Amino acid sequence: MTQEELLPLIYKKDNKAFTLLYDMYSKSLYGIVFNIIKDKEESEDVLQEIFVKIWKNIDTYNESKGRFFTWILNIARNAAIDRLRSKSLNNNRKNLSVDNFVHILDYNSATINKIDAIGIKEFINKLKPKCIRLIDLLFFKGYTQQEASEELEIPLGTVKTQNRNCINELRNILKIS
Amino acid sequence: MNREYIESGILELYVFGLLSESDMQEVQQMAAKHKDIEQEIVAIEQAVVNLSYSVSPHLSAENFEKIRQKLIEKHDGFIVMQPRRDTFAQYLGWAAAVVLLFGLGFQYYRYNEVVEENTKVVAQRSQFEQLVASLEKKNNATEEALSVIRGKNTATVRLAGQAVAPQAYARVYIDRDAKQTYVDVAGLPEPPKGKVYQVWALKLNPLAPTSIGIIASTTDKNGIFTVDTYEGAEAFGITLEPEGGSPSPTLEQLYTLGKV
Repeated sequence: MTQEELLPLIYKKDNKAFTLLYDMYSKSLYGIVFNIIKDKEESEDVLQEIFVKIWKNIDTYNESKGRFFTWILNIARNAAIDRLRSKSLNNNRKNLSVDNFVHILDYNSATINKIDAIGIKEFINKLKPKCIRLIDLLFFKGYTQQEASEELEIPLGTVKTQNRNCINELRNILKIS
Repeated sequence: MNREYIESGILELYVFGLLSESDMQEVQQMAAKHKDIEQEIVAIEQAVVNLSYSVSPHLSAENFEKIRQKLIEKHDGFIVMQPRRDTFAQYLGWAAAVVLLFGLGFQYYRYNEVVEENTKVVAQRSQFEQLVASLEKKNNATEEALSVIRGKNTATVRLAGQAVAPQAYARVYIDRDAKQTYVDVAGLPEPPKGKVYQVWALKLNPLAPTSIGIIASTTDKNGIFTVDTYEGAEAFGITLEPEGGSPSPTLEQLYTLGKV
């Protein structure tokens, strides 16, 4: 199932559409949300909010707004960051960068199949540490190029291409050509 | 030109949702025109969807149901949602397992019950069979005894109670055709423990007793026992003797005596 197959079902309000949507993206979005919130229950609660929001606003989405995944990714990141702020845990966005998505696996290994967590960790550790930080900031946390360049102390002009190289590395590991 | 555009890294930022409105429109148009750009976008998306999926912690199964409930509440059932099939199948699986378990338990319980019942019935049946056999035996004995008593050529000898047991009495039946001798001891008290009655055939001149049988209980076989036939007996006597009987009668313990 791809976005191209899913969207027509969603537009038709096909009975199966929501279930398919959830199956396709819930785990990825949960990964995004947890990477920001770092609390499983809180993250599940935000995820529920996100899916309600997606479904409620589904009529406002159209392909001129970009990829469907990008649209829901934005909703997810914004909801997670809003929750973080409303909890006034610390509204300084810089604090988001203390941990990155690799650390989720440390939280995970206590609760999920350790072999899985170890396997995933192995594949992620094939990425350069610089790439892990860059993908974490740009993709998971939605930093702008400017913010990322300041955070990582790299020239603004190279953020885009460095990120490109890192995603290529990831695609090689995942064998996505 | 497309290669250069792709290598710039703008497509990654497009997928990440980090482009300005105008840059986004531009990528959109490029992707619509060029198949290789479109494919590149899909590949980038696939990579990051995979990545975030892989690092996601375990997501509880109830989460989907909670969202479903929220959607139904907020929209007053406006959005029709089907229960998630795999969750349903999961529940169905568990439900089936539980039913099976109860079923097995019940079957096992029933099995045990039936086995126990069967054992009881078999035991009861063998008891009945024993009872029938013993009644049949008793009946045969009674009939045999009756036929003897009623026989045309049967002689009856009355034995009267003696000094030790004046109330006691007994009878001896002699079937001359079949050459059988019976003794009816129903009129004697039950012998005390360790003692038996011994039946004697007597010749009177001179007095010569011959043992023709030992009786341990007066209630067995309706009290009628077969004893040895002694041709030419002139009288019969019954004495109380120690278990196993005695070679000659203990006359102090003579219970009954009668002449032919």
